[in-house]
Amino acid sequence: MLGFEWERIWTNDLWFAVPLIVAMSLVYAATRHEDLGAIFRHAVRVARWIVLFLVVLWGLLFLMSWFQ
Amino acid sequence: MPDSSPQTSTPPVKKDEQAFEPVEIPLRDPWLAAFLALLLPGLGHYYQGRLKKAVLYFVTIMTIFCTGVYLAGSSEVGWGRCVYVSFRMGDQRLHFLCQMWVGLPVLPAVLQYLHDSSGHQPLWGSSFMAPPLISAEPRDPQDLAPPFTVHTLNKRLHRYFDLGTVYTMMAGLLNLLVIFDAFAGPVIFESGSTSEEEARRGGDEAAAA
Repeated sequence: MLGFEWERIWTNDLWFAVPLIVAMSLVYAATRHEDLGAIFRHAVRVARWIVLFLVVLWGLLFLMSWFQ
Repeated sequence: MPDSSPQTSTPPVKKDEQAFEPVEIPLRDPWLAAFLALLLPGLGHYYQGRLKKAVLYFVTIMTIFCTGVYLAGSSEVGWGRCVYVSFRMGDQRLHFLCQMWVGLPVLPAVLQYLHDSSGHQPLWGSSFMAPPLISAEPRDPQDLAPPFTVHTLNKRLHRYFDLGTVYTMMAGLLNLLVIFDAFAGPVIFESGSTSEEEARRGGDEAAAA
């Protein structure tokens, strides 16, 4: 049966990237603002960009492996 | 005679990209603040009275550093094995050049290195942050107990050795940003919404006229 393998998602090593993304976003945003509210808002934007970058990179690698 | 009066970041930084009122940030002695930030993440900001940012920096950076130390270790091989100093033939640990910016938390690695250089057993009777053995043999008969060789560490810790290395390197590099923030205050952020804000203000004025 071809089902969606949730087990493989929850045990994927990519989850190790999440704490790093959160830390990088918060520290980077905190070097741009003094106010905590502004820091958190900016951190969300930075995290979105990092995730987008990783997704694009993943897509490129996936395509390259497809045509290998 | 050097000016001992407390310094503030100049030019005044903006509190928020949405609130354009400049706010003065007391940096006190920026060099001392930067040095304290180098000792421990957030300590420089605590000295400057920027308590919220001090807590944010300390919690964020120390969390990923401690996670890395935990990931790259076990009760069998010892903890924090990804953080060590080694500039020996066959094991140039350049990763430490990124990790060292965390400050005092990597001090055990430096002490272990100095102790190891004099040919002693690892400090405190444990291989915590101790440099691994160097062995030219793939299966060294001596490699049965800590501190082990790099080969054995990678074999026993699997990918967690590299994951711990990345976590601790990121902690060090992020603290570099914190040191600069303690020294000079936040980078002046020119939001992309500035022109939108001005356009909206212009529109409001035109409507009022």
